[in-house]
Amino acid sequence: MSLVLALALAAAPAAPDLGNTQLPDPHAEAQARALMGELRCVVCQGQSIADSDADMAADMRALVRQRIARGEDPSQIRDWLIERYGDYVSYDPPLSGATALLWATPILLLGIGAWIARSSFRKRR
Amino acid sequence: MIAEGGLAALWFAATLAGLQLLLGVLALRHRHAAGEQAMAAIGPVAIVQGALVAIAMGALIAVFLATDLSVALVAENSHSAKPWIYKFAGAWGNHEGSMLLWVTILGAGGALVAWKERALDRPTHVATLAAQGAIALGFYGFLLFASNPFARLNPAPIEGQGLNPLLQDPGLAFHPPTLYAGYVGLSVAFSFAVGALVTGQVGPAFARAMRPWVLGAWVLLTIGITAGSYWAYYELGWGGWWFWDPVENASLMPWLAATALLHSVNVLAARDGLRAWTVMLAVVAFSMSMIGTFLVRSGILTSVHAFAVDPRRGAFILALLALYIGGALALFGARIGQVRAGRSFTFVSREGGLVVNNLLLSVILGIVLIGTLYPLIAAGFGVRLSVGPPFFHAAAGPIALVLVAVMAVGPMLRWRRDQAEAVLIRMLWPMVAAAGSFALVLTLSGGMGVLPLLGLSFGVGLIVASVLPMTQRNWRRTPLPIWGMVVAHAGIGVSLIGMACDSAFTAERLVALYPGQATIVGPWRVELNRIYPNVGPNWSALEARLTATRDGVGTVLRPQQRFFTDPPTTTSESAIATGWDGQLYTVLGQQDAATGRWQLRLWWKPFVTLIWFGGILVALGGALALVGRWWKAWQQRRREALWG
Repeated sequence: MSLVLALALAAAPAAPDLGNTQLPDPHAEAQARALMGELRCVVCQGQSIADSDADMAADMRALVRQRIARGEDPSQIRDWLIERYGDYVSYDPPLSGATALLWATPILLLGIGAWIARSSFRKRR
Repeated sequence: MIAEGGLAALWFAATLAGLQLLLGVLALRHRHAAGEQAMAAIGPVAIVQGALVAIAMGALIAVFLATDLSVALVAENSHSAKPWIYKFAGAWGNHEGSMLLWVTILGAGGALVAWKERALDRPTHVATLAAQGAIALGFYGFLLFASNPFARLNPAPIEGQGLNPLLQDPGLAFHPPTLYAGYVGLSVAFSFAVGALVTGQVGPAFARAMRPWVLGAWVLLTIGITAGSYWAYYELGWGGWWFWDPVENASLMPWLAATALLHSVNVLAARDGLRAWTVMLAVVAFSMSMIGTFLVRSGILTSVHAFAVDPRRGAFILALLALYIGGALALFGARIGQVRAGRSFTFVSREGGLVVNNLLLSVILGIVLIGTLYPLIAAGFGVRLSVGPPFFHAAAGPIALVLVAVMAVGPMLRWRRDQAEAVLIRMLWPMVAAAGSFALVLTLSGGMGVLPLLGLSFGVGLIVASVLPMTQRNWRRTPLPIWGMVVAHAGIGVSLIGMACDSAFTAERLVALYPGQATIVGPWRVELNRIYPNVGPNWSALEARLTATRDGVGTVLRPQQRFFTDPPTTTSESAIATGWDGQLYTVLGQQDAATGRWQLRLWWKPFVTLIWFGGILVALGGALALVGRWWKAWQQRRREALWG
């Protein structure tokens, strides 16, 4: 895996610098853009790779664009990165035992809130 | 000597805060002569405390302006070559200074309550001042024992280490003081709630006394968040205006709670309903301010704003937090049973709409709070994960849209009891407007995301609904607070349209160009003319001259790569051209080593300015309501003086 990344990164500067230039196909670029906004720059302080000046973020952007251009699905690329860097790299926490409570939060809060608010209302005559 | 004077003033202020608490307890315990004396003394003590802490803050600003490098804080965070405005504002561009600013505004708030507040009954007023003293005492302790801003350094260094260049912006002079004033306004509401729980006086008079403080705090928070968002937008150089960064969430949470409180306090003032709710929200709102301060100041979250990483400080603030929030909630639990339930009402009524508003705002608040804390809690269990925009949009977005719909309907509902069918008929025009814009945008641009599309149409519907109450009123006789509501609600709609347009219609262009080459972004043709050096007081820069042309009209933009030496940092200074229908946002990147071309990042953002314009309208609405209330109170006093 790391060999693949190393090769990919080494290949990056030769062609147009995909860390800082867009893909020619607007649809592919939109896909890449959406995914980059949801990936965390792992060396920065709370920035996505789409919003970071760090070299590492530029490398990751190049990687995302290359793979999108090769026709890979954004979710595949995300999974590949999660496999490498862990859940930390994705701003969209995947549903799992550890995040079940997080994703249940809105429903739970709405339920509790509705139950509390109920007592404020008088029964309709 | 100035630093020692400041420290002495801080110690005196802390002592007086303790005295204020003691006098309050004494006054409420003993009804007779001693109690009377304590009651008479507590106000002046609060005022002197406010003056002393202001002197301490003044001393800190003085040592920063003089760049007195024998003060450790100045040596670590300032530099003699900095422009004076950043020396001045740099006094709070660091951990200790910003905490001192926090307690200074807290002291000023307490003094103002002692000096100006006349609407509260006397025992509740005294209990409020005692609570304010208790809060201040804890934070003075934190400053004096864990964050002394006046500590000396021996020997003094020859030069200071400088201020983080990202903070070297006029925004630093206004943004933190505004936000802190908002936080502290909520501390007054918190103290009012604690005071009212102690004396048991929760009713319309209490609500009317608390309302201006909540309104004022809410206006300041709105301005602070709006300005902070615009600052991040132009300073960070990537065109984003909200990142769901923990520190941004820390300012959003008190705002959400204050918004709910603002609506609930109106129900209490006008209809004597929602008593427990209002008291609870007042406690929650300031608790969120303190949690925000804890998150930012403890350095527990890594973010641009966290310039302090010290576990001892985190533990100290956490202990204060547990003490105040736990104490207030315990008091709430013990006393709320004695507060009579307010008047009741049916679901379809103005009160019902406001309850739903409170409920949804609280749910959004809960989502933001849990989303912000979840990574911390997970880390405690050894799981590393990130919670970012995709979660917040998915979890809070739909609820926010329902909230917008309730906002549109709410002002058109009658108090106590209304008919659902009649309400639907009244809402005809807003629904037509929302559906119309939905259909129009869908046909004009098919590939738009669901959330922006709904945001845009709900925004249009909300603006129409907001002005609806004005069609049935005589404008000259309409009280200012009603105008305020109309303007603030419409402002939310305007802001929503801006957000939707930015996320759906932004055109992006990332290119590498040689001087003389041009590129196209949206309706603009942007040419890179040349690159040349530039210097400022404490930076040097590479500057690009760009000519942007649209419909034959040209504009010159000069984005920079700025290099600071103290501390060594490179920042991108964006250059922005603002038109009536959006902004052209340009950033100069690095030079490509292989080809010698220059990286440019260009965005055309249609109607992005509506985001902040809407925010200003919301704040303006709040200000109108505040002025209206003052005006009415002043007139009433004058009438009483004439007749009495």
